[in-house]
Amino acid sequence: MIEITDLIKTFDGNRVLNGVNLTISDNVLMAIIGKSGGGKSVLLKHLIGLLKPDSGKILVDGTDITTLGQRDMDKVREHLGVLFQGGALFDSINVYDNVAFPLREKTKLSEAEINDRVVQALNDVGLKGVEMKFPAEVSGGMRKRVALARTLITEPRIVFFDEPTTGLDPIILSSIHRLIMTTHKKHGFTGVIISHEIPEIFDVADRIAMLHEGVIVETGTPDEIRNSSNPIVAQFISGGLEGPIAAV
Amino acid sequence: MLNIVRKLGAWALSTLRKMGDMLIFLTNAVYFAFVPPFKFRLLLKQIRFFGNKSMVVILLTGSFAGMVLALQLYYTLRKFGSDALLGPAIALSLIRELGPVLAALMVTGRAGSALTAEIGIMRISEQIDALSSMALNPFRYLIVPNLAAAVIVFPLLTAIFDVIGIFGGYVVAVDLLGMSGGTYFSQMEVFVDMKDIRMGLYKSLSFGLIVAWICCYKGFNTGYGAEGVSKSTTEAVVTSSVLILIWDYFMGSILL
Repeated sequence: MIEITDLIKTFDGNRVLNGVNLTISDNVLMAIIGKSGGGKSVLLKHLIGLLKPDSGKILVDGTDITTLGQRDMDKVREHLGVLFQGGALFDSINVYDNVAFPLREKTKLSEAEINDRVVQALNDVGLKGVEMKFPAEVSGGMRKRVALARTLITEPRIVFFDEPTTGLDPIILSSIHRLIMTTHKKHGFTGVIISHEIPEIFDVADRIAMLHEGVIVETGTPDEIRNSSNPIVAQFISGGLEGPIAAV
Repeated sequence: MLNIVRKLGAWALSTLRKMGDMLIFLTNAVYFAFVPPFKFRLLLKQIRFFGNKSMVVILLTGSFAGMVLALQLYYTLRKFGSDALLGPAIALSLIRELGPVLAALMVTGRAGSALTAEIGIMRISEQIDALSSMALNPFRYLIVPNLAAAVIVFPLLTAIFDVIGIFGGYVVAVDLLGMSGGTYFSQMEVFVDMKDIRMGLYKSLSFGLIVAWICCYKGFNTGYGAEGVSKSTTEAVVTSSVLILIWDYFMGSILL
């Protein structure tokens, strides 16, 4: 379980997170929606310990990660997986080595065992025959799939997805969403998806939280969010130009 | 007036903070260089990176540096009737001073800039964050191998630069200026001491550390987007080059 309490973060006098409160239960796929530049990725970087807040707490399975040193944070990270926005594949090594990388570095598995796991992970995300290609040689959708395979290969308990479908065409977008759902069902991880893919994300997530101006303004099931009377949520979902959210 | 003082103070504070950041960066890198697990394969890869990227430019600049030295020193030495000392003069200039400095400047321009750009791109494409999120220390994977590789490669490239430079000088002195080949080399053996070679070695070792430190730091802390990487790369080359010359003066005055 992840519990975020009164999280505040300021950059150069600009308060990006203004007291975020959110609880994410085990095995739930939680989507955090909100307009671009609203602090979603900053919140995600706090959840994986890449940024420290000015104040507030983030409890991951009861441990406040905001107070942890490097070594203890790394112990927490052993159970986390992150799918970065652009995939963050290492461009100097091929697809196979990218997916094998966490296993080679973090486990004592033999090359044969690693090979089995990599082939299985690439099969799970529907990729075959691209093992020897470099990240620059595959399409954006394929890169996301490879990154997903690399994220899941260590079987993390909590997986963070930072805008996993940004910049993809509708068909690839649906396939990535389906992959997230099927892998979630298969592995049973707790998932946090940062997204502004409306309405597609309603079919993927179990719960939705809306982040606006540094605070969570509403949480609920996809249906509850769809039918929300909160004018901020309603405007964001409808994509209207008139309302409490400034268009620019 | 108050405004000027305030701006000066802000500049001084910002500069101090940056210097502190750089020092902490270097301390971290040195610390992880001595704490296992060591990444020998990455070290070999980076040795190849520095050597492969810089070899041609080292061969080219080394030979021409020696040839230019031969022309200029011959002209000067002949005025004093000491043209027989051309060989040792070229060798001493290259081994003590020009070899380490020019080789370091060339490697900075060739491999150092590429290193900053590579680490900078890894930063903006979140590859460094990806390493951290896997509980893997980016210093161990990116910074330590580069620092160690530079400390190993710089003296080797400098030695190649010196040797090529001496042979470049030989070609001009013997084939162009009609000097005897025996004189060129025999006097060199008499005048070049182990102390001179040690001085060149210490200089190139420290230049290796400086270049890798600055280039890695600038890449690791790059700004946003392509503009950020481009700015970091330029800053890395300029800062490294200036520091090489400043440090060369201090090393020269200590080791003289």
